[in-house]
Amino acid sequence: MPLSVNLMVGGEAGQGVQSVGFILAKAFARGGYHVFADQDYESRVRGGHNFFRVRVSDSEVEVISEEVDILLALNQESVEFHRGELAPGGVMVFDTDKARDIGSGGHLFGVPLESLAVKKAGSKVMANTVGLGVAFALTSYGLDIAVDVLREHFGAGELGESNVKAAAAGYEYAIENFKGKFKDSLKPLDYQNRMLITGNEAIALGAIAAGCTFVAAYPMTPATSIMEYMASKSDELGLIVVQPEDEISAINMIIGAAFAGARAMTATSGDGFALMVEGLGLAGMTETPIVAVIAQRPAPAVGLPTRTEQGDLQFVLTAAPGDFPRAVLAPGTIEDAFWLTVKAFNHAERYQLPVILLTDQLLASSYSTVDKFDLSLVNIDRGLLLGEEIERPSEYKRHRITPSGISPRALPGGDALVVTDADEHDEEGHLIEDANIRTQMMLKRLRKADSLRNEIRQPQIYGPEESEVTLIGWGSTCGALKEAVDILRGEGLDVNFLHLNELWPFPSGAVSTILARPRRSFVVENNATGQLARLIRAETGIRVDGNILKFDGRPFTPALIVSELKKEVI
Amino acid sequence: MVKMADYAGRKPAWCPGCGNFGILTALENALVTLQIEPSKVLMVSGIGQSGKLPHYTKGNVFNALHGRTLPVATGAKIANPELIVIAVAGDGDGYGEGANHFINTARRNSDITYLVHDNQVYGLTKGQASPTSDFGFVTKTTPQGADMPLNPIALAIAAGAGFVGRGFAGDIEHLAQLIVLGIQHRGFALIDVLQPCVSFNRKNTFAWYRERIYKLEGADYHPEDKLAAFEKAQEWGDKIPIGVIYREEKPAYEERLPVLRKGPLVQRKLDPMQAEKLLAEFL
Repeated sequence: MPLSVNLMVGGEAGQGVQSVGFILAKAFARGGYHVFADQDYESRVRGGHNFFRVRVSDSEVEVISEEVDILLALNQESVEFHRGELAPGGVMVFDTDKARDIGSGGHLFGVPLESLAVKKAGSKVMANTVGLGVAFALTSYGLDIAVDVLREHFGAGELGESNVKAAAAGYEYAIENFKGKFKDSLKPLDYQNRMLITGNEAIALGAIAAGCTFVAAYPMTPATSIMEYMASKSDELGLIVVQPEDEISAINMIIGAAFAGARAMTATSGDGFALMVEGLGLAGMTETPIVAVIAQRPAPAVGLPTRTEQGDLQFVLTAAPGDFPRAVLAPGTIEDAFWLTVKAFNHAERYQLPVILLTDQLLASSYSTVDKFDLSLVNIDRGLLLGEEIERPSEYKRHRITPSGISPRALPGGDALVVTDADEHDEEGHLIEDANIRTQMMLKRLRKADSLRNEIRQPQIYGPEESEVTLIGWGSTCGALKEAVDILRGEGLDVNFLHLNELWPFPSGAVSTILARPRRSFVVENNATGQLARLIRAETGIRVDGNILKFDGRPFTPALIVSELKKEVI
Repeated sequence: MVKMADYAGRKPAWCPGCGNFGILTALENALVTLQIEPSKVLMVSGIGQSGKLPHYTKGNVFNALHGRTLPVATGAKIANPELIVIAVAGDGDGYGEGANHFINTARRNSDITYLVHDNQVYGLTKGQASPTSDFGFVTKTTPQGADMPLNPIALAIAAGAGFVGRGFAGDIEHLAQLIVLGIQHRGFALIDVLQPCVSFNRKNTFAWYRERIYKLEGADYHPEDKLAAFEKAQEWGDKIPIGVIYREEKPAYEERLPVLRKGPLVQRKLDPMQAEKLLAEFL
C-alpha cells in the first residue's frame, strides 16, 4: 500500500487557511513527496468557512481523499463541520483558546494556538502558523524544510521570522505534549525535482513557453490567476497583459494582436466567455489564431463563483453563429494543462483558428506536484507564417484558397498588404456578396478541420484495454476516475476508464471502436445533463448506458464514483 | 514618394453624393501629405457604411465587428507600435455599440487615430435613429422622436482623450489637415466627422452644415484649455465649431509600457527556454 496522509486546514476567510495549506503542500513537495491539494472557499474576503486539503503520498496522487488523517481546525466551525470526516485513526488539532464542547478522546489534540502565537510570535494572527508547526510534528516531518518555505512565503524580514517562531512554538508544544501519539512518519525523501503548481499556473507557464506575448483578460474567478501570474512576469519576460473594460474588448484585443503577429490569449470563465462569443466568430471568419482559456464554474449566470462544474462543454462547441472550425482541448491533469496550452498555440497558428482550452475551478486552483517541465520538448510551430521575404507581394492574398484550406499568412507592416474582413470576403480579404465565392470560402475554412482532426491525440484508456464496464470522463475528473477504477478493480469489478482531453474535432473513430467493446458504459460528468454523453451520441451514434452526474458545485471523489457505479451495475 | 495613386482602391459602393467620399479623399490626402506607405498603415473598421472605407483605398485592413474597432486596433497597435493605426467607425458603431470601448480607449490613450463618420443616422440598415440623431428626429424605429443626443466631443474630453477634433466631410482640405494632426498626435485622437447622409438624413444636409459650421483655426481659441474645450463642446445648433477642440500632450499607452522599449512584440524571437527560470520558483 502506498503511504498516503491527508491533512485538512479549516477556518474562516482571513485566518490564513490558504497560507497554511500552501506551506504544508509546498514543504512536503520539496521533501520529495507527491502532493495534491485543493481549496474550498466562499465568494467573500472575510468570514465564512474555508478549508484547504493536502494529500501527501509516496506515489502519484491526482485527487483529494475524502477521509482526513490530520485535521487542523482553526475555529469552532471547522471542528463541527469536519470532525465527522476523520479517517479511522485520524486526529484533530484544535485551538483550546477558541473551541468549545470538543469532548474527549486520544485523537483530540488541543493546543492553545492563539495564546502561543501571542506569546512566542507577538500576534494572534499567527495562530495558523502555530498549528502548522503542530502538523509537521505529528507527521514526524521535522521543521527544517518548513522554515525555508515560511521564509520564502513571508519574506526574510520580521514577518518571516515571527512566523518561523510561531511554527517552532507549535512544533515544540506537540513534541512535549503528544509524544508517542504520532500517527504517521513522513520523513523527507531524497528527490528534488518536484514542482508544486496549480492548473492556472501550469497554463500560464505553458503560454509563456509557447511564446505568448500578449494577454488581454477581464478578471473572473476562477481564471484570474492566469492573468495575474503573467502580469507579474510581464516586465521580466517582455510580455504584455492588458486588463480592458470588458470581455468583449479582451477577445477583440487579442484578435488585433494576433492579426499583427503576436501569440495572444485570453482567460475567463463561462459567463465571461458568453460575452466573447461574437469575437470567437470573428476569429473564425478572419482566420485569426487565438487561444481562449475557459475555466468553468457552476452556471447559468453568476452561478457559484468559487466552485466547480463541467457545464460549458456543449456551449463552447457551438458558441458563435454559423459554421467554422475550432479546437477544444480539455486538460485532465495539471501536467496536461501545461502541454495542451503549448499545443493550443500551435493549433491556433497552424490552422489559423480559435482554440479553446476548457478547464474548471477544480483544475484551475488545485495544486499538484509534477516533475519539472522539460522545456526542451516544447516545440513552437507557427505554421504557414511568412517571413519578410514574400515573393511578389503585390499578388499576396491573405485568404488564398488552398487544398488544405490553410492560407500562407503574412503580417501587416511587411511588403504585402494584409486584408481581412468580418464580412464574407474574397481571397484578398475584401468584402463580397457573390454566392460562388461565399461557398468556396466556407469550404476552404471548414477544410482546415480535416487535417486538424488527424492531430487529435487518441483518447487514453486507464486499466485494461477491454473490460465489462467502461467509465467515460473528460477534463478534470481524470484523477477521481482513475482512483475509482483502482478501488473497483480491487473489489473485483472489471472496469476501465476512457479519458477524453482533446474534445474537438471529436475523435469519433477511436471512441466508436473503444465503446463497441464493453458490455456497459457510463459517463461521469460534473454537470446536470450529461453533456459528453450527448456529444458521444451525436458524433458516434452510441448511447451510453447511464450518466453519473454531480452538479452541486463540488468535485467528484473516488468514493462517490464507486458507490454510484455500484448502484448501476450490482 | 507616396502619391495619391498609391492609395487607389476598389470602386466604392456608397450612394452618389455620400459624405463618405469626402472622408476617404481627406484620409488619403493626409497619408500622402505625411508620406506614409500603404503597407505601414493598418485600418481597422467596424460595420456600417463607414466600415467599408478601408476596402476602397489601400493599406492593411481589418474590417471588424460592429462597435469593436477600437479593441482590435488597440491589440494590433500594442503588438506592433510601428504600424500607423487608423480606426474607422460610424456614429452607431462607435458611439452606440462601441461606446464603452470608446470611453476606455480614450482613457487608455493608445496611439490610434479614430475617425468617426457621424451622419446622425443609421445608413446601412436604412434610416434608424443613431446616438447622435438630433432630439426629436423621427425615424421608423423612433416614431415619437429620437432621445437626447450623445455629445461625442464632450464625452471624449471627459474620458481623457488627448486630441479631440471635429471635421466636415464637405471640407476635404480642412479635414485632411485635421487627420494629419490626429495621426501626428502621440496617443488617442478622436476626429468626429460631420458626414451628411444623402439617403436617410434629410435634416442634417450639406447645406444645413454649411450654414452653421465655422473654423476654430484663426479664431481666438486655445485647444489646450480644458474648460474652454468643454464649453466649446456644447456649441451645437446655429453655430457648430470644427477644428481641434481639445489637445493635451501626455504619454501614449505604448510609450508607458517598458516592455515595448525593446521593440515590437511581433519581432520577438519565441524561445521556450525563457520559461526555465520561472520553473525554479515552483520547486
